Amino acid sequence: MTRAVSLVVNGRPYTAETEDRTPLCDVLRHRLRLTGTHVGCEQGVCGACTVLVDGEPVRSCLMLAVQADGCRIETVEGLATEGALAPMQQALMAEHGLQCGFCTPGVLMSLAYAERARLTAEETVSEVLAGHLCRCTGYVGIRRAIERHWKTEEAAG
Amino acid sequence: MKSVPFEYRAPATLEETLALLGKPGANVVPLAGGQSLLPLLALRQVRPATVLDLNRVPGLAGVEITDEVVRIGALTRLRALVESAPLRAALPVLPETAAQVANRQIRHRSTLGGSLCHADPTAQLPAVAVALEARLWLRSARAERSVLAQDFFAGARTTARRRNELLVRVEFPRTPGRHCRFEAVTRRGRAGFPLIGLCLAVSLAGSVVTDARLAASGIADRPRRLWEAERALTGRRLDGDLAEVLDAASAEADPSSDLHGSAEYRSHLLRTVIRRAAARLATEGSAP
Repeated sequence: MTRAVSLVVNGRPYTAETEDRTPLCDVLRHRLRLTGTHVGCEQGVCGACTVLVDGEPVRSCLMLAVQADGCRIETVEGLATEGALAPMQQALMAEHGLQCGFCTPGVLMSLAYAERARLTAEETVSEVLAGHLCRCTGYVGIRRAIERHWKTEEAAG
Repeated sequence: MKSVPFEYRAPATLEETLALLGKPGANVVPLAGGQSLLPLLALRQVRPATVLDLNRVPGLAGVEITDEVVRIGALTRLRALVESAPLRAALPVLPETAAQVANRQIRHRSTLGGSLCHADPTAQLPAVAVALEARLWLRSARAERSVLAQDFFAGARTTARRRNELLVRVEFPRTPGRHCRFEAVTRRGRAGFPLIGLCLAVSLAGSVVTDARLAASGIADRPRRLWEAERALTGRRLDGDLAEVLDAASAEADPSSDLHGSAEYRSHLLRTVIRRAAARLATEGSAP
């Protein structure tokens, strides 16, 4: 069974034909050609496909696209503004918080949520980062990037 | 890694939902938070003709507290359990346990009813439901009935829910003066899959246990009460010698071996979580 779903992705409206069984990540990547969202395990373990659905972090392999009909989606493509990386992205670069980069889009979306939810750096590391598997940097660089970014934000008030 | 094709239905009323669920011969699977179902679909371990989304049905989520019971809608998200201030006051072991399930991202969608109906033998919340003698309310198009948690879990990923029934709410009895604790050992840090979980609930006179409830996950094909360990703990001090309690629990547990740990290791962990839960209750206590 196929049907049309309407999504607002990074502020831009889209309509796509999708099968009922298709997860949100596949519609983002294959229909909308927004390939910034990476698909790792397809069973909710790795967190690489994390996007924000109506502001909340969701594994886009664990939500059907038809369930997201009418929702506001944010993906990694929406973080940079006019070609300039967002501060959190810059912090990850500065602290070598990525190596192969496969998990980074999902990590960034969870961090975007944590920032808006005003979690502390410690809560973000222990609870939010726990939802992501990174097999290259081993979390040390990501942790340093979070601490650096949170400190900068605090200093900026 | 793609689901079999299915038809997606998202009815807006409970009546319509139950009618679809009760259609004779229908191969329907209810979808709550989807955090366990979608992996099963992707792995083709579940091959439904229809996926019945419950998320648009009103009235299935929420926490209600009376003098006698804590009543929780089946579609209540784990995040809502963690964040519910009235629940923290009335039955703190529930938010404390929910906070140990997976990670924040999963808890945003995962539901209490979904966790119970998925009936993973290592899952945390089923063990709490069994320990606290929760009552699960199941509704079909024709009737409503209730089942005690200990009778609901029938085996690994198998429950007493009939195919035409939906779990609509769960009632946890309130026992004034009872202290509860949930302890688990997980595979990969705090957000990993649990190997062993234990819910310990005690009533105390001073530090002497007058009534004990123990239920564990990861020790059999379903969460189980540890009846002999309960008897052994009754009349004893929480901070006293627990050797008899631990031996009773070991004798009652029947864990299996897999690539994540041997049966012996799991038996050892069961003793560990009982000791930890008792020690924490003895020193920190918990609200009733």
